Amino acid sequence: MDKPESIIGLDTIEVTRRTVIETGTSALLLTALPRAAFAAGPAGDDGPAPTPVKVELQINGQPHSLVLDPRTTLLDALREHLALTGSKKGCDHGQCGACTVLIDGRRINSCLTLAVMHDGQPVTTIEGLAMDGNLHPMQAAFVEHDGFQCGYCTSGQICSAVGMLAESRQGMPSYVTGDLTQPAAELTDTEIRERMSGNICRCAAYPNIVAAIKQTAEMPT
Amino acid sequence: MKAFTYQRADSVADAAAAAVKPGAKIIAGGTNLLDLMKLQVETPSNLIDISRLPLDKIEDAPDGGLRIGALVRNSDLAADSRVRQRYGVLSRALLAGASAQLRNKATTSGNLLQRTRCYYFYDITKPCNKRNPGSGCAALAGFNRIHAILGASEHCIATHPSDMAVAMRALDAGVETVNQAGDTKIIPIAEFHRLPGNTPEIETSLKPGEIITAVTLPPPPPGVQVYRKVRDRASYAFALVSVAAIVDSARGRIRSARLAFGGLAPKPWRSPQAEQKLANAAADTTSFDRAAAAVLEGARGYGGNDFKIPLTQRTLHSVLAETTRT
Repeated sequence: MDKPESIIGLDTIEVTRRTVIETGTSALLLTALPRAAFAAGPAGDDGPAPTPVKVELQINGQPHSLVLDPRTTLLDALREHLALTGSKKGCDHGQCGACTVLIDGRRINSCLTLAVMHDGQPVTTIEGLAMDGNLHPMQAAFVEHDGFQCGYCTSGQICSAVGMLAESRQGMPSYVTGDLTQPAAELTDTEIRERMSGNICRCAAYPNIVAAIKQTAEMPT
Repeated sequence: MKAFTYQRADSVADAAAAAVKPGAKIIAGGTNLLDLMKLQVETPSNLIDISRLPLDKIEDAPDGGLRIGALVRNSDLAADSRVRQRYGVLSRALLAGASAQLRNKATTSGNLLQRTRCYYFYDITKPCNKRNPGSGCAALAGFNRIHAILGASEHCIATHPSDMAVAMRALDAGVETVNQAGDTKIIPIAEFHRLPGNTPEIETSLKPGEIITAVTLPPPPPGVQVYRKVRDRASYAFALVSVAAIVDSARGRIRSARLAFGGLAPKPWRSPQAEQKLANAAADTTSFDRAAAAVLEGARGYGGNDFKIPLTQRTLHSVLAETTRT
């Protein structure tokens, strides 16, 4: 791509100290990022110039209007266009779970979906879990149980665990659930490990991750 | 990823009209397609998003079966109470596949249409008759541990990766489609996936512009339903061998059996010969041996996957013992 700025129309925007202050954080981050964002966005872009698409994303309760190359994954939109870098890029192929976010409360791999496909849908990232300055119970439990070492997989682990608890409370079964005809399965260690198998931790903090999730699962809702 | 134009389909007819054009590709969950697009194995010039079409319902069919909308998520299908009560083999197969995040995105029709995980199909620097017809098959003399022992050809020995489709094969599912002219039909799942022969790039009987709208399940057959998956890890790995079995037996005699296999062939593999050996047979090791021999008639290893022959034999033994235990 020769002139990535022109695609998103930002070369015409003049950023001053005043406009930055007045338009707030998301606009600042958007205007500060475009060149790097496109460079780090869709890879291998050696085809004809793509037609940009308008996308309205609802991230952690905040609306964001973006104009994106349609190839932009939801993960790249979060990290490179909105500077929400809590969601991590591990494998970028849906194998590690580091990019896990919640859409309508359901956990998915944000690297394996296009941002444009989620126009208007509510997305929750790790940045959106804490409420009123208090950590989400799952975040607090990960801290308490030392559910990490390097921390790179942690935001994906926590978002995945939050989605997993919701699935479990809806009575959704897993591969290790003994009797499928029963509505809900008790969250044993085996159940937690199976249900969390889409999140890899190379530091192998698994015992502490399981302990953190178990503690949160046992808390009253 | 190659550049493409993106459009969201407003209706099935809209999607079918767009999909019939060269370079067009339907996207629903996208968990396999986007992976392949990043690697430039798939290079559509127009992506048609059908993810918001109203094809996400599971309905009771008049014949006592189920009609599963093409866009029902794998997780929702596995958790549906009717599927859990009456089609346990399907629920188990779905839960055996992928991760929870992927199952939350992957759709019923997309699961049927997912591509092989053959390493050489994924690596665009290597020959592959499926990806690049006529270029050769690097798996024949390469690393072929995960490859087919049944139904392969000298042009392609890739396996179909789905667990869900194996259970659907045992359940005699139908694939309901509509084309751009509005004609609907139901393709029996036995005829939906094709063997490679000398055209491994053609994987299904779908025609350009033909869209899957649903999968139909007839009423469940009598018997115990089991899905057994043997893989390299306890979770989140493709099958080396899997067996979907529905076995009706009493007091040590088998009345009828249905057996479908994953990990062994380029399509979900059913063995009518083995089922015949088990019909009205004693539920004992002699019968199980005969059934395994029938399944594996004509089986061929390519070096790295030779182990699948005895593994299939032992897995089938174990499954038949489990399903006939009274």
